[in-house]
Amino acid sequence: MKKYLLTSIKLTAVLLVLLAVLYPLFLSAVGKLARGNGNGETINVNGKIVGYANIGQKFTQDKYFWSRPSAVDYNAAGSAGSNKGPTNPDYLRAVQDRIDTFLVHNPGIKKEDIPAELVTASGSGLDPDLSPAGAKIQVKRIAAARHISEDKINTLVDEQTVRPLLGMFGPAKVNVLKLNVALDEIK
Amino acid sequence: MKASMFAPELVRPALKQSFIKLNPRSMFRNPVMFTVEIGTLVMLVVTLYSYTVKDATIGNFGYNLTIFIVLFLTLLFANFAEAIAEARGKAQADSLRKTREETPAKKVNLVGEIFTNEIEIVSSSRLQKGDFFVCDAGDIIPMDGEIVEGLATIDESAITGESAPVIREAGGDKSSVTGGTKVLSDHIKVRVTTEPGESFLDKMIALVEGASRQKTPNEIALTILLASFTLIFIIVCVTLKPFADYANTTISIAAFISLFVCLIPTTIGGLLSAIGIAGMDRALRANVITKSGKAVETAGDIDTLLLDKTGTITIGNRKATHFWPAKEIDSKSFIETCVLASVADETPEGKSIVELAANSNGSPKNIDEYKQVLLSKHTSPKFIEFTAETRSSGVDFENEKIRKGAFDAIRNQVTKAGHNIPQETEERVKAIASNGGTPLVVSKNNEVQGVIELQDIIKPGISERFERLRKMGVKTVMVTGDNPLTAKYIAEKAGVDDFIAEAKPEDKMNYIKQEQHTGKLVAMMGDGTNDAPALAQADVGVAMNSGTQAAKEAGNMVDLDNDPTKLIEIVEIGKQLLITRGTITTFSIANDVAKYFAIVPALFITSIPALQATNIMHLKSPESAILSAVIFNAIIIPMLIPLSLRGVSYKPIGASALLRRNLLIYGLGGIVAPFIGIKLIDMVLGVFM
Amino acid sequence: MNTELTGVIVTFIITVLLAIPLGRYIAKVFAGERTLTDFMNPVEKFIYRVCGIDPQKEMNWKEFLKALLTINMLWFVYAFFMLLFQDKLPLNPDGNPAQTPDLAFNTAISFLVNCDLQHYSGESGLTYLTQLFVVTFLQFVSAATGIAALVGVFNALKAKTTNNLGNFWQIFIKTITRILLPISIIIAIIFIFNGMPSSFAGKDTIVTMQGDTVGVSRGPVAGMVAIKHLGTNGGGWFGANSAHPLENPNYFTSMIELIAQTVIPIAMLFAMGLYIKRKKFAYVIFGIMTIGMLCLLIPTMVSEISGSPAIAKLGVSQPTGAMEGKEVRFGPAASGYWSIITTVISTGSVNSMHDSSMPVSGLMQLLGMMINAFYGGCGVGILNYYIYIIIAVFISGLMVGRTPELMGHKVEAREVKIAAIVTLLSAFLIKGGAALAAYFVAHHGDMAWAVKPSAWLNNPSYHGFSEMLYEFTSANANNGSGFEGLGDNNIFWNVSTGFVLILARFLPIIGPVAIAGLLAKKKYVPESAGTLKTDSLTFGMMTMAVIIIINALSYFPALTLGPIAEALRGAH
Repeated sequence: MKKYLLTSIKLTAVLLVLLAVLYPLFLSAVGKLARGNGNGETINVNGKIVGYANIGQKFTQDKYFWSRPSAVDYNAAGSAGSNKGPTNPDYLRAVQDRIDTFLVHNPGIKKEDIPAELVTASGSGLDPDLSPAGAKIQVKRIAAARHISEDKINTLVDEQTVRPLLGMFGPAKVNVLKLNVALDEIK
Repeated sequence: MKASMFAPELVRPALKQSFIKLNPRSMFRNPVMFTVEIGTLVMLVVTLYSYTVKDATIGNFGYNLTIFIVLFLTLLFANFAEAIAEARGKAQADSLRKTREETPAKKVNLVGEIFTNEIEIVSSSRLQKGDFFVCDAGDIIPMDGEIVEGLATIDESAITGESAPVIREAGGDKSSVTGGTKVLSDHIKVRVTTEPGESFLDKMIALVEGASRQKTPNEIALTILLASFTLIFIIVCVTLKPFADYANTTISIAAFISLFVCLIPTTIGGLLSAIGIAGMDRALRANVITKSGKAVETAGDIDTLLLDKTGTITIGNRKATHFWPAKEIDSKSFIETCVLASVADETPEGKSIVELAANSNGSPKNIDEYKQVLLSKHTSPKFIEFTAETRSSGVDFENEKIRKGAFDAIRNQVTKAGHNIPQETEERVKAIASNGGTPLVVSKNNEVQGVIELQDIIKPGISERFERLRKMGVKTVMVTGDNPLTAKYIAEKAGVDDFIAEAKPEDKMNYIKQEQHTGKLVAMMGDGTNDAPALAQADVGVAMNSGTQAAKEAGNMVDLDNDPTKLIEIVEIGKQLLITRGTITTFSIANDVAKYFAIVPALFITSIPALQATNIMHLKSPESAILSAVIFNAIIIPMLIPLSLRGVSYKPIGASALLRRNLLIYGLGGIVAPFIGIKLIDMVLGVFM
Repeated sequence: MNTELTGVIVTFIITVLLAIPLGRYIAKVFAGERTLTDFMNPVEKFIYRVCGIDPQKEMNWKEFLKALLTINMLWFVYAFFMLLFQDKLPLNPDGNPAQTPDLAFNTAISFLVNCDLQHYSGESGLTYLTQLFVVTFLQFVSAATGIAALVGVFNALKAKTTNNLGNFWQIFIKTITRILLPISIIIAIIFIFNGMPSSFAGKDTIVTMQGDTVGVSRGPVAGMVAIKHLGTNGGGWFGANSAHPLENPNYFTSMIELIAQTVIPIAMLFAMGLYIKRKKFAYVIFGIMTIGMLCLLIPTMVSEISGSPAIAKLGVSQPTGAMEGKEVRFGPAASGYWSIITTVISTGSVNSMHDSSMPVSGLMQLLGMMINAFYGGCGVGILNYYIYIIIAVFISGLMVGRTPELMGHKVEAREVKIAAIVTLLSAFLIKGGAALAAYFVAHHGDMAWAVKPSAWLNNPSYHGFSEMLYEFTSANANNGSGFEGLGDNNIFWNVSTGFVLILARFLPIIGPVAIAGLLAKKKYVPESAGTLKTDSLTFGMMTMAVIIIINALSYFPALTLGPIAEALRGAH
């Protein structure tokens, strides 16, 4: 064991330099070339940072598209899902409450048209996206709140929809923050 | 010999043994059944306790008692399996031994060296190793030994079942006699070679009875695997208690123990030693005495089989098939010369020459008359015996000198005398040799007369047996003293894979070592003293019972029939032993799937009604489900006893195909059978419960 | 076909297509042949010189294991103290506190053993220094340890008779310089340009559009996430792991992360075929593993895409499937695929919360970890499969009437004993641990631990039981994923899973290496027609049967009380 220990100590020291110093330093240098300089991409409105492109935000006002429910209330100092099991009665009650709240705020929407994502928490609690259906079901409410035609908002959702990767892989999605920023820009 | 498997005289002692074997000290050797015994004891305590106390975790008395009885039966069944296997093996060995118990022996008391030997009649059991005894015609040989003086014909049918008497004589490789055989003629003096109770048969009986039975390496490995399965199920059952607590479920002790006993591989655990004993027993039924269980197992692994040509591949000895006179020699006179050369030749070859001559040229003649007629034409015959120097034999008359021998021996004599070898003789010799025959050249007054062709007769059906061996993956090697050309011809014709020509004893040894060096396991059969080192070197060495004591000591099996093809059977017995173990293990473990589906829903169905969906057998009630599983678990053991004793049949269809076949029958069958069995038992129980 | 499904299928196909050349490359690296990365030669020579290593020195299996265990022991001590004192060390921009001793014990072991069970959240539980010097470092070296152990076994399988398993140091160093480091750099660069942070800037604070003030945790994430997957580690930078939008920004990065964690385990199979010159053997194993993986994947995908029956009862629509705990950008199909990949391949990273998976999916995830050999972790997956092979060889050898042998070496009592112990160990650790936890919950709910047993479970009933079972299964499989609702940062879970982790890591490495070493020493027996071919499909199916039977028998009762009961009740 002893003869291996000395080798182990030396090897550990060398590898620490290689893997914990040189490797991350090199990558942080590469990061300077990327958007956001490796600090994460932000979205600015009138020169002011309103958020990170990839981090979801909480929207509760009727005039904005709502994000999905979050277990961490969209505070990205942390991140978590609800970790509720699918048959947990408390959880199902909470989902029922969300459905009821949604129906109150979105009169005229049928329950069976609400996509589940709007009443279920995401895995990270920071989900920045909605499915196009999840956005469109909110259009009626927003149109009413903002007094803009539904068509205009629907068009906006279509414009903001990101198609699946190469048009073939994965789901389509809409970034809620970007959508709401664009919404504010409509006159 | 073929008593029914469950003859009453076997069953009775086996039943008694089943109880005796309950002794924990003997149960301990078998970890699986030992845990069952502990479980049964716990169940006994619970049963007695439940008679006085009413408690949900204890359960009611009647049910507990039933479970206890079934568990107890499980133990008895397992013990019975072992006991009946022992009883059968013992009965087999006893019938061999009976013949030589308490026979009177004519012991020779050596009273110093000057005085004559005194003969005393003693009981055979009093003979010690190194003692001498004599036997006359009609005597039963009291003890295994080696002839030191004389020659006798002996009837060995008591041991081998062969009625033809054999000749045994002092010196050489045929000097060994076996206790229990009968002297038919002549007088011999024999030295005892074994201590009483230490003959091979005695050893074998001890092996079968379990006194000295040791687990073979493979049995040990399997026991470890089974023990680890048992441990897994201990974990399963122990952890189930807190799991059940969490789920607010009460599980009775009877249910816990039932689950445990059902899950552990009791089927193979109960039958394992019976399978091993049955393997040795099957060898014994083939008239092979094995010195250890391991030898039988090793036999199944044999890669290379060394077989003597004579007696194994070919029938006895070569026979004369053709006379080829030289150019100027008249055919009839050549045949006569050949007969004269062979008149005194008592070897089978010599006899076959006279036979062929007697039957040639039209009507067959009486052989002895024929000889006399021919001899009478000449005067004062002097027969010349075969010697190592001249390597020829023949007869000298007043003015004629007839010799018969191998080509080079005769050529020596002829050229020395200044004569030539005819061209066509030389060609003929080559032609015969390359056809697998043996040429014998005959000369008269040192002039070549012609050639006699001797041919080997290959046993009918032997090439099919080699084909079967090849499919098993066993390479066959023919050992012969013939020249390479002849050997090659016979090897090809018989279908062996390789041959050793002009074999000397050390050639066998070298070949074995060479094969073993490449990692192969080698089996051989031998009888002579000079075979002993090779027998010892081989992984499986089968000595013929007629062979010398040295050969028998060196090998790890003794074949009582002296049948050289026995090796093939031994290989199959070895394979069968392993296969039986493997398939019943698979069957046993596969059974657990159904048992889980019977017991687990039963344990939790009251507190988790949704689990009704896993009760795919639709068993009547939790109690009947558990009981059915335990009963199935118990009765499967006696049901499989016949298979364990008989052995799963071996088919040489290639390893992968064999695995597929056995997986299908014993793996899939092992999954399906208990579903049916448990359901049936449940239906029957439904009538009572 | 819908784009969610094509995404999954194409991800798997690309993985296999990449694994083939990577396998060829790995075989060449360890055979010492010329490769693209020979420019690393001087680096390796430098390391050998500094550390005083003679890379040509042969090691027998005992020496090989001694070297492996010594350096692992050293790393444990080092990591433990780093975590204990991280608050006093530099590179802590967010001012995070030190770990408690029991948490540091658990975390140090967890990363050392390639498990990455995290009883803390990355945002607040570690500093940048420990993220790099402990976590990232261990993610490299633990993966390399597993691969090196496997290559040692390859060396034993390759030779007819040998004592030499190769030089541990050399194999280990080459694994890092030739495989893990170069590929990690490529992957990390892809991540960086897809929006993953890589700078040392600390936590940001922003005011949202609605005027809420929230924090945003960041850091040099990209490099860690690369090796996290490539080395099948799975421990995330952030608490939400690869569900976090900065740790897995889009579908493309999700595909890359999936491919990265699957590619080495599959490539090692192909490398084995080439290295030990038994291609068919490797292909059959690949086939069996793939079938096994699909048997777990298909039910999972079906149940996730069908959506939650309980949510359906509430009347909302589930157009793509179950969404609780899942991200919109990945969708249920890719989340279901990920949850199986990450559990069969001891990665344990997640892009959705397994605690919220459908019961059938939870069952499949558990089975994936219990079996732990369908591809399996870097190196160790094949080692686990090797144990199953030993048992399969033994039983099937008997069934064809020949004492069992594997690649020309007789499998005897000693090897069976080791294989049996390793097999037993899993059942013991998983069920023993879960039983202990269930006992405390059932009988001692008020124990004065940081989290009381009565408050451990985030869900009641069967699902609560599954949370405990999952935690020990994950620890035993060195997986690291969790039913994260479990309140696991307390002395019970930190210590108990810590011991499970260390036993379940090193015994399953020591076992196969020892068996391979013992077998390689034995005389070589050439194959004959009576020999069972271990590269045949029949034998592959036999191994599969052994895997199914052993795991079914070991875990059926526990699974019945957890996910099976939950699924059946849900169906009613």
